[in-house]
Amino acid sequence: MNILIAILVLGLIAAFFGAILGYASIRFHVEGDPIVEQLDALLPQTQCGQCGYPGCKPYAEAVANGEAINKCAPGGEDTIKKIADLLGVDVEPLDENHELDKGPTVAFIIEEDCIGCTKCIQACPVDAILGAAKQMHTILIDECTGCDLCVAPCPVDCIEMRPIPETIQNWQWDLNKIAVKQVE
Amino acid sequence: MKSIIERIKQNKFWQFHGGIHPPEQKTLTSDKPIRQLPLPKQLILPLQQHIGRQGDLLVKVGDKVLKGQALTQSKNPMAVPIHAPTSGIVSAIKKSVIAHPSGLSELCIFIDVDYEDTWQPRKICQDFSKLSQQEIIKKIADSGIAGMGGAGFPTHIKVNTKPDINFLVINAAECEPYITADDLLMCEQSEAIVDGIKILDQLLNPAFILIGIEANKPRAIKALQHATKNIEKINVCVLPTKYPTGGEKQLIKILTGIEVNSGTLPIHSSIVVQNVATCFAISDAIINDIPLIKRVVTVTGQALNKPQNVWALLGTPVSHLLEQTGFSSEENTSASNLPITSSPVIMGGPLMGFSVLNELVPIVKTSNCILAPRRTEMPSAFDGNSNEVECIRCGQCSDVCPSQLLPQELQWSAKAKDHQQLIKLNLFDCIDCGACAYVCPSQIPLVQYYRVAKAEIRQQQQLDIKSEKAKVRFEARKLRLEKEKIAREEKHKKAAASRKATMNKKSSDGGTASSAVAAALARVKAKKLANNKENESSASNDEVELKEESALPSSPNEVQDEKSEVKAAIARAKAKRLAKNKVSPPAEQTTAGEIKKVETSSNNADDDKKIRIDAAVAKAKAKAKANKEHVIEDQPLTSIEDEIEVSPQAEDKKARIAAAVAKAKAKAVAKKEQAKQLKSTNKESE
Repeated sequence: MNILIAILVLGLIAAFFGAILGYASIRFHVEGDPIVEQLDALLPQTQCGQCGYPGCKPYAEAVANGEAINKCAPGGEDTIKKIADLLGVDVEPLDENHELDKGPTVAFIIEEDCIGCTKCIQACPVDAILGAAKQMHTILIDECTGCDLCVAPCPVDCIEMRPIPETIQNWQWDLNKIAVKQVE
Repeated sequence: MKSIIERIKQNKFWQFHGGIHPPEQKTLTSDKPIRQLPLPKQLILPLQQHIGRQGDLLVKVGDKVLKGQALTQSKNPMAVPIHAPTSGIVSAIKKSVIAHPSGLSELCIFIDVDYEDTWQPRKICQDFSKLSQQEIIKKIADSGIAGMGGAGFPTHIKVNTKPDINFLVINAAECEPYITADDLLMCEQSEAIVDGIKILDQLLNPAFILIGIEANKPRAIKALQHATKNIEKINVCVLPTKYPTGGEKQLIKILTGIEVNSGTLPIHSSIVVQNVATCFAISDAIINDIPLIKRVVTVTGQALNKPQNVWALLGTPVSHLLEQTGFSSEENTSASNLPITSSPVIMGGPLMGFSVLNELVPIVKTSNCILAPRRTEMPSAFDGNSNEVECIRCGQCSDVCPSQLLPQELQWSAKAKDHQQLIKLNLFDCIDCGACAYVCPSQIPLVQYYRVAKAEIRQQQQLDIKSEKAKVRFEARKLRLEKEKIAREEKHKKAAASRKATMNKKSSDGGTASSAVAAALARVKAKKLANNKENESSASNDEVELKEESALPSSPNEVQDEKSEVKAAIARAKAKRLAKNKVSPPAEQTTAGEIKKVETSSNNADDDKKIRIDAAVAKAKAKAKANKEHVIEDQPLTSIEDEIEVSPQAEDKKARIAAAVAKAKAKAVAKKEQAKQLKSTNKESE
């Protein structure tokens, strides 16, 4: 008899909490996959496709589904480390198929050579190329992510990637280069 | 607020946390008057001398400029114009090393001085109290005045405030060792400074004006007290000497006891702080119509024979100042050697300044001191590598930090590049005063680490903004493409529906519609044939005939009609190119081969995509050429060379187009070959 009461009481409690949990899961349901958003926020958003996916978001989705975390070349070691931290997996070295990032660059169109074919415009993932058919094209430097994708489609090879020049706005202290002086 | 004033009247002040008492070394220059220097040969004026944006150029190389003439202007409120410090000729506008720790080059205007010092017409204002606020603010903005204490914040923005101002604080503390520029300025120009303060009073209408001055400047204190004795509102507050009393937030704390919150500006606490030198510049600009073209610079250090404060025109190279003050380098005293390469010269004070890397670095609006120390005086400035050892966690740095930060925690996070932690530790409240590095027994250059970290965090923030923007643009593009795709599909659907409708109609109408289509097709064919014939007759090239023959038989077949049309177009284009290339017979042969290749592959059912594109390009070119030829009348194609002679411009364009097409073709071929190679290697590996 006692056993029955115990089972009954525990069963009731279980049913009660189960109902609360069930209600909460509906009431506080989270739309979408937050891990994808978090991963996407870690990626450099160059939309370069070097990972084999057509942009950073698709790669973030793939990583969330178990894709290797070491395919983002522009992000480099830093990004891999952050992703590994987020997912709780081991840090892997950058995929060997990817060359190391050569530092920030922007695309530059040699305007005399441009024939106005609009192929690069179609290739640009962030709409950073301005131009029309048979009109000279140009790059919006501020919008260019340096992804390289416009270089290959150009039929006359008039696009090149140039390193971003160093100005006092983006200059970084280099303690190894400048002799640090403690002055008193 | 009343109690604050009562306390001030009793000469009781608050204290800020920490602070240090470095050896002052001010006596080197404090007892000598400000010297007027002879004009240098050349002035170098960086376009940007302050925080904010650089203006647009108003002059070009070769222009003659008068003293006080504006050289730049801008509509941007954060931009401050620069002016010609003396008359002369603009000899160059190019990049040159500027006064910045990076030693990077920025755009500078070079003025060759003509030694006449001719002023542009000036309008001297006798009574500034008649000017309206807007007039004064505009005048300050046009005179290019930026804060002269160090940061160089545009003054017209700082004084153009709406809310009620409780305190106008005039910063005369000048707490950094060696520097006496403000001290001497107050001794010699106290009346003008007070005029400047009156102008600020008129603009801001503060409840109280406090002049904060350190006790180590007795002459300046006397001069200021004398000049302000009739003005009730102004209080000259003599403060105990301690570094960094001159820090904005520190000075406010000492004078009023108010702590300006982290991340906010003094204006949020109804306080405006101005430097004395800025007050002088304001009065000079408003009353005498002299824009900011000169400033007092302390040229000091034991490596100089005659250290002294000087009136330096903006843009004066540091080398000129050093020459004038008898710079003698220890290692090589011969004058022929470059002065700076041998021993260090520091711009700014000893605690916050930076080494000047090039002797051509000019004086700018914010440079208040040039320091040329002797080795015995400042040994650390001479050895390249620092004597840094491990932190022993003594905690002296946090004792002296005027911002009450935790310097050693910051140091570790900075070394680990832990930006999150640095922000949590309020790195951006650090004022770079260098007190922590000064007391550090391990000689850790703490401020340098903070500066690096700050720059990195700022850069990272820029990148984050950029990547956010890229993300938005990428997403917008995806959305747009999606929309376009849907629209296209809808259009196709509609077209299909309408076609179906007409088909149904046709079947109901009987043979009339189909006969009409057939008639249209026949018309098109006839037209094409005629075209072909025309080409045939004009082109004497056998190959073209060949091609046309091969193209024509297929035309009866209605299904292949379109294909043959493309083929014909290709052939035409190739023929034209061939005719043009006739000058070089070997090239002709290769192109002929190419054409055959094209033809065979286009006969192929699943013809290569690349070739199709190729053909499209060729077709487009051929079309353009045909149009042109129509204009140039029925000149035979064989004599294209003549035609080229007729229109050399067209020739140039054509040549370029041809070059572009050739380039494209070469690329495509290369790609194909690569693919082929890849395939073959794959096969081999299999």
